[in-house]
Amino acid sequence: MAWYSKAITEKKQQKNTLWVKCKQCGSHIWQDEWDNNLNVCPNCNFHGSISAHQRAELLFDDGTFYEMFTDISPVDSLNFKDLKGSYKDKIEENKKKTGISESVVSGRGQISGIPAVASIMDFRFLGGSLGSGTGEKILQAANFAYDNHLPYIVFSASGGARMQEGVLSLMQMAKTCAGVARLNKKDIPFISVLTNPTTGGVTASYAMMGDLNIAEPGAVIGFAGRRVIEQTIGEKLPEDFQTAEYLLEHGFIDAIVNRKDLKEYLSKVLSYYNR
Amino acid sequence: MVVNTGVKVLVQKEQTQKKVNGKQVASQRTAWDIVKISRHPERPVLQDYIKHIFSDFMELHGDRYFSDDHAIIGGFATIACQKVMLIGHNKGKSALENVERNFAMAKPEGYRKALRLMKLAQRFNLPVVTFIDTPGAFPGIEAEERGQAESIAKNITEMASLEVPVVSVVIGEGGSGGALGIGVGDRILMLSNAIYSVISPEGCASILWRDASFAPDAAEALNITAHALLNHEVIDEIIQEPGEGAHTDYQKITDEVKNAILKNLRTLVNIPTDVLLEKRFEKYSAIGKFQTS
Ligand SMILES: [Zn+2]
Repeated sequence: MAWYSKAITEKKQQKNTLWVKCKQCGSHIWQDEWDNNLNVCPNCNFHGSISAHQRAELLFDDGTFYEMFTDISPVDSLNFKDLKGSYKDKIEENKKKTGISESVVSGRGQISGIPAVASIMDFRFLGGSLGSGTGEKILQAANFAYDNHLPYIVFSASGGARMQEGVLSLMQMAKTCAGVARLNKKDIPFISVLTNPTTGGVTASYAMMGDLNIAEPGAVIGFAGRRVIEQTIGEKLPEDFQTAEYLLEHGFIDAIVNRKDLKEYLSKVLSYYNR
Repeated sequence: MVVNTGVKVLVQKEQTQKKVNGKQVASQRTAWDIVKISRHPERPVLQDYIKHIFSDFMELHGDRYFSDDHAIIGGFATIACQKVMLIGHNKGKSALENVERNFAMAKPEGYRKALRLMKLAQRFNLPVVTFIDTPGAFPGIEAEERGQAESIAKNITEMASLEVPVVSVVIGEGGSGGALGIGVGDRILMLSNAIYSVISPEGCASILWRDASFAPDAAEALNITAHALLNHEVIDEIIQEPGEGAHTDYQKITDEVKNAILKNLRTLVNIPTDVLLEKRFEKYSAIGKFQTS
């Protein structure tokens, strides 16, 4: 959850100044250079957050993306309140801030001419947390891929399950994976792209279940939070712990691909799908 | 605006009013009281249920990749005349045993053993019964290194299409993904003083309240009690505990759990596999509340 306060700070910087400060190397990059480089630091290759719609634009062929299930948005069914206020207010705040109504954007389109379905998480919306609406959209898109025999790609960017929805959010792990299980049964490819950060309940469900798991460079990917582990074992963790590179080394990721090369990479993978 | 579910509203209030004559009724307990009962040191754990309700238990060991995790145990078991595959988190009965069982916080090898046994159940055409009682999956370096997330994800996915009936019983702490990793059942039963939560109340408090001492507030807000979860249609059934909690009467609670499992198994074993899987998919597809405009 600490993640989205960081995202807000970054946004403020972007609005108020002409440059962006890289969170990894600290260098100042002109806003237009940052934008042209797809929110990737030209200096150290740090991959910053990018909106779901921007990703859809990057992934799908021009004019082919058709967004689906746009009517789904969160509801504060537990009447959840913490010290800083109600979940209900947070939902409205995040809708206004991002212009989207859930932490994921789903749709269909063509990738280098190959029809496919995608769900793209947006970290700006409540830290990309997995809520009931998120789970519903990811499942509905999986069902669409299932019914139409189309490959399914999910881009993850999430701090994990959405606490403000209690166990309802935990159960979205089972709900989304039930959709993945059906794709598996029908031998429909499911590709997971893990971006910074992908943690907690999202990693422990669909994000790790790709037939291929692809990650962006340096992405933090893990189950338990760094701080929780450090508290449990009583020692500092190595720098590269829970990074895409660490996961590649331990056998959980097929490849690490730069953002600018992702479309070409995914197109190539899909070209091997001999349906 | 349409809210997609929310049929059984206010069940909690009805149930609480019904039992006013009891000594310490569920209604008088706060969510935090229930958290404390669910973690009571004398609360019956899996091995107590095995002793009381299963006439036979053949423990099977190992995940075939790395080791044998003592936080999750499992094997062939017989309940009344029904043969099943039993899998569950196993807290210790003493401090020493808890260290040996890692307080029922499983590592990837525990979840992989559980999956192996579920597949074995399918091979033997046996229903699966899982007992859930864990603070959560173990947060440690070696667990992450060996794929804690992947092992839980895989179990959740495979359970969705496991071709035998699954009954899951939350007997104590249902700690987040660590619980769900063996919890995708056709029926989810929960003891009346058990909890099931997306994050521990302490963890939630330290993030959203910036102070773990707000855990009682977080426990309330998170809706982690059996009654709340029945209202939200996450669980299917509550198994009522005696008096002050399960720890006060082992015989009574184990009998109740036995009856509840048998009752559900009797229905489930007669359902054709394709129907069972379709119903399971529908069950999990329907969980969650959101708006459609
Ligand atoms: Zn940089």
